[in-house]
Amino acid sequence: MIEISKLTKRFGDHEVLRGVDLTVDRGRVMGIVGPNGAGKTTLIKTLLGLCQPTSGDILLDGRSILGTESSYRAHIGYMPQIARFPENLTALELFDMVRDLRGTPGVLDASLLRGFALESQLDKPLRVLSSGTRQKVNACLALLFQPSLLVLDEPTAGLDPLSSAILKDRLLSLRGDGVTVLVASHIMSELEELCDDVAFLLDGVTRFAGPIGELTSTTRQANLERAIAALMIREVA
Amino acid sequence: MSVVTKIVRAQTRDALRSRWLIVYATFFFLLTEGVIRFSGDGAKAILTLSSATLIVVPLVTLVLSTIHVYNAREFTELLLAQPIRRSVLFKGLYLGLALPLAAGFIAGVSLPFLLHGGGDPAYRAAMITLVATGSALTFIFTAISFSIALFAEDRLRGLGIALGVWLLVGLLYDGLVLVAVAVFADYPIERPILALTFANPVDLARVLLLLKLDVAALMGYTGAVFQRVFSGPLGPSLAAGMLGLWIAVPLAVGARQFRRKDF
Repeated sequence: MIEISKLTKRFGDHEVLRGVDLTVDRGRVMGIVGPNGAGKTTLIKTLLGLCQPTSGDILLDGRSILGTESSYRAHIGYMPQIARFPENLTALELFDMVRDLRGTPGVLDASLLRGFALESQLDKPLRVLSSGTRQKVNACLALLFQPSLLVLDEPTAGLDPLSSAILKDRLLSLRGDGVTVLVASHIMSELEELCDDVAFLLDGVTRFAGPIGELTSTTRQANLERAIAALMIREVA
Repeated sequence: MSVVTKIVRAQTRDALRSRWLIVYATFFFLLTEGVIRFSGDGAKAILTLSSATLIVVPLVTLVLSTIHVYNAREFTELLLAQPIRRSVLFKGLYLGLALPLAAGFIAGVSLPFLLHGGGDPAYRAAMITLVATGSALTFIFTAISFSIALFAEDRLRGLGIALGVWLLVGLLYDGLVLVAVAVFADYPIERPILALTFANPVDLARVLLLLKLDVAALMGYTGAVFQRVFSGPLGPSLAAGMLGLWIAVPLAVGARQFRRKDF
């Protein structure tokens, strides 16, 4: 369970997060939406410890993650938006490197590997792989250590429709296993397919957080995309 | 095996397969081979190689390291999301870059001497000093590059700063010192000039090499003052100690920046 309270982050004069409150229950899939610059990536990076918040707190299963402790990240799988790896290593060497660093023997997700048809690419230098293939490697790396929390930043960007469907199926089956998932995305149909809940960020504040059905019914819109658009229009007006 | 070693091993494996390191080592190999063939393996060869080392090592280290840190930005973020302490990761990333660079330099310069029977025994100490000094410069400027790349978000700006640093410490410094000497000619300025030598790692490295070769004429103004003040064995060890400090201080600054940075 993730409990984010009054989280703020300031970069110089620019206040990216201005008091984000958000609770994600265990085993739920939460989509994070909002216009560019709303603070989605900063929120994710703060959760991962890449950014230190200016104020506020993040509790993971009741314990604050702030400070210098790094061990909480052992239970998090992270799939960043841009997948760039050491160019001259192969995917297998990359997996081995991260296994080695963690000191745990992570198991490659066989269904994902087969679905992505990735086996034949694993012993090629990462530099020669296409960006889509690297994104597949990125997904496999995020799932390598059976995380209980998955954090995904635009996970299907650059994936072909088939691979994108395979990844989404895998994420849904993980939810069935009790894994908590956070997905930041601009593709509303994808979030509608994947998520139980959605959090709408605007100007560094959570404007809505709750089940998708609640959002569509209160805004009286047919789908998530329309509902978010309606929220954005209301906020601007 | 410690986590630092694991990071270094993976980084080194990546670096050893890359083209830039091979080009860098080959450059020093061909240069050294050429110098030995033209002017033998004595003082003259080491002097020529010293001049090349003092210019090329800082330049290549600054440019390659700065570019590398920017290119590795996304992967660094991925590693930061692993359960690894930042200080450990920084050590691993730094050594993973500095060690291959130093190895490329050492291999490039040493191999031709080894192939030619180990070089002139009379100048073996100078030769070892050359290799050690070049390696120290590699470690110094890798640390400075990390600091620059962590400071400047924009890679073009970072590269500009790196080149500016190289121009200053590698080319303009002695000229600026001479201007200062001319301007303040009426004052006792030996001590301030000594301080200026300590303030530039390339100058320190040059003084150290030339003290070993005993060619004061080529030392420039700061070197000459240095030799006069620190005659005997004190000079080289002091210069070497200062070079060590030049590794430690930028490294500590870089580590601090890395620990506090918002990625």
